[in-house]
Amino acid sequence: MAPAPHQGFRHVMDEQDNGRVGTKAAGPGQDANKETKEMLEIRNLHVELEEEGKEILKGVDLSLPGGAVHAIMGPNGSGKSTLSYVLAGREGYAVTKGSITLDGTDILELEPEERAARGLFLAFQYPVEIPGVSNMTFLRTAVNAQRKLRGEPELSAADFLKLVREKAKALKIDAEMLKRPVNMGFSGGEKKRNEILQMAVLEPRLCVLDETDSGLDVDAMKLVAEGVNALRSPERSFLVITHYQRLLNHITPDMVHIMADGRIIRTGGPELALEVENNGYAGLLEEVA
Amino acid sequence: MAERHPRSDALEARLAACRQGLAQERAGAWVTRARHEAEQRLRALGLPGPRDEYWRFTRPDLLTAPEPATAEPFETDEPPVFDEIDRLKIVFTDGRFDPRASDDISEAGEGIEIVTLLEAGESDLHWAQEHYGRLEAAGQQPVPRPLAALNTACARNGVLIRVTGKVSRPVSLIYRHYQPQSDAMLHHLVLLEEGAALTLLENGPGAARFNTVLEVNAADGARFDHVRAQGRDHARIAVTHIFARLGCESGFSSFTLTANGRMTRNEAVVTLAGDDSTAHLAGAALGDGADTPFHHDDTVFVVHGAERCESRQVFKKVLRNGAVGVFQGKILVKQGAQKTDGYQMSQALMLDGDSQFLAKPELEIYADDVACSHGSTTGAIDEEALFYLRSRGIPRRQAENLLVLAFLDAAVEEIRDEAIANDIRDRLRGWVERRG
Ligand SMILES: Nc1ncnc2c1ncn2[C@@H]1O[C@H](COP(=O)(O)OP(=O)(O)O)[C@@H](O)[C@H]1O
Ligand SMILES: [Mg+2]
Repeated sequence: MAPAPHQGFRHVMDEQDNGRVGTKAAGPGQDANKETKEMLEIRNLHVELEEEGKEILKGVDLSLPGGAVHAIMGPNGSGKSTLSYVLAGREGYAVTKGSITLDGTDILELEPEERAARGLFLAFQYPVEIPGVSNMTFLRTAVNAQRKLRGEPELSAADFLKLVREKAKALKIDAEMLKRPVNMGFSGGEKKRNEILQMAVLEPRLCVLDETDSGLDVDAMKLVAEGVNALRSPERSFLVITHYQRLLNHITPDMVHIMADGRIIRTGGPELALEVENNGYAGLLEEVA
Repeated sequence: MAERHPRSDALEARLAACRQGLAQERAGAWVTRARHEAEQRLRALGLPGPRDEYWRFTRPDLLTAPEPATAEPFETDEPPVFDEIDRLKIVFTDGRFDPRASDDISEAGEGIEIVTLLEAGESDLHWAQEHYGRLEAAGQQPVPRPLAALNTACARNGVLIRVTGKVSRPVSLIYRHYQPQSDAMLHHLVLLEEGAALTLLENGPGAARFNTVLEVNAADGARFDHVRAQGRDHARIAVTHIFARLGCESGFSSFTLTANGRMTRNEAVVTLAGDDSTAHLAGAALGDGADTPFHHDDTVFVVHGAERCESRQVFKKVLRNGAVGVFQGKILVKQGAQKTDGYQMSQALMLDGDSQFLAKPELEIYADDVACSHGSTTGAIDEEALFYLRSRGIPRRQAENLLVLAFLDAAVEEIRDEAIANDIRDRLRGWVERRG
């Protein structure tokens, strides 16, 4: 991916209506280029691993309207994380066909930070440890970098502190954890809660949660679900990737997509998750084959 | 020592150039004797050559040539390092003591006595005579440090500090550089009596070519903390030496910040001579070889000669555009130095594929009940971490800077004084962020 100079990005921002970029923006329906009222539109997405040339996503179609919660379920290795990484703009993947638009704008050419500034957030399946950078510094830098990219003033130190303390408290993240280097020495559950904290502080409009529930005990999972539910709003959409149905008892999805071998093979209501829970993926996979 | 005849002409030329400055000085008997002995040591050792064991990674010619290469002073409007720290300032300009720019050293305060070498050298008897050049001489074994002997033989000035109490206000040596061809040598001596404590700061490039020796003799229970920043002149050349000897339950720390500099060789020889003493050495270097070459060498020798001593070496370098980093670090644990705790870490972060890091970590242990570890790594920016930061909206450049500063911080953390450490952090942040 060629790095786009920041100036170029500012340009792009200027040309578009400025309402769409902010976190609290009115989102859908304001863009002249928009064909649908979907917030996220993935069309016939084909993705290869850049190095091996191996195709992982083989034509994914998915539409996520504003304010909706969709779940993606699927067996291990079906391409769920790949999809989430491609959404966030990780290097190493080649999009050979198809498109991804966020509020009608093609995001595939955007840098990860530009996507973030437009309101995309990925809660990583495996949050990354960063020695030497305190969680607090990381959060403050991220908040202010996004504000800067959106042309908003930086948060004052006091306002920032207040914001983080409040959100951290709800997730039972103590001050000591905020001082520690990002994810260093955090338990699996702490790492996942830390992802949700970042999400709460950054207030994205499109939240992609990649197996945020895996490795969590029931209490930790409830905390995470509460964190997500607290953020649900008509302007914010969620793509909740999970391997198990149990998270969806706490976060009720509007739609469930089943992914297998790089494709969405079925889409349905919340009952589809129960079907998976009861019958496993095997039955679904056979139906398609 | 092997014979070094081929190099003796070069040595005589170097000595002759050095002595020019000394000829006019009146020096008392003890200084003259110390210089004479050092000259003999130097003749026995010879100048360093590219085949010497500890000069394989760093070519000594810029340091040994009779005349220095030209180095223009660095122009900047940023305030000097340590500006906000309350300290006693002693200024040397191109190696010359500048009393007008300095605080009054005769009024250094309680528990501390400071005199310049030039002044002390005029008297025939001085407290320093028992110490001056002694640790340098002792530090020539087992690895020769000829440029330190050259310094003792030729340095015309420096400060001699005797500390008898716990001094809270740091002494700050400020090295200004104006002359593009200055060739300066300074030799300092710090004597800490039992239970005494001092923080010594050094900053500035010093000269176009700068050779320093700092001898630190810490008696039982003494504490010495040293923090220096080597200025930002791109073409300057420096070789520095620290020789320290630590008594029982004494503490020593030394941190060096280097950004720029065509050639830097920082040597340290620290001997933990008394039981339960500790020594921490650290360095953070930031080198960009784009416009001027950057070569930075840390050569450290820690000798555990007593029981239950702790030593730590933490050296970090960030290199780009053909910059070269060298680390040669040794922990020698002598027989009987039981319960030694020795740690050594040298790491380079390469910001591109052109740069080079050459490391020679060594452990030599003659005691059986010790815990020593060492490690050396060379790596690029962690792409996973970079993507994670960017996915939170932090632009690539800024994310890289965060990771660079985080990498260096493990060395900065070795500075004991929080205000001084934060001064160094602010400085580093400014340098890293302003780039490009
Ligand atoms: N970087 C990679 N290198 C090699 N194979 C990969 C890489 N990333 C993903 N894959 C492969 O792509 C497929 C999909 O992986 P992934 O997206 O992680 O699936 P899921 O998240 O659904 O478990 C798997 O077969 C996996 O082995
Ligand atoms: Mg996955």
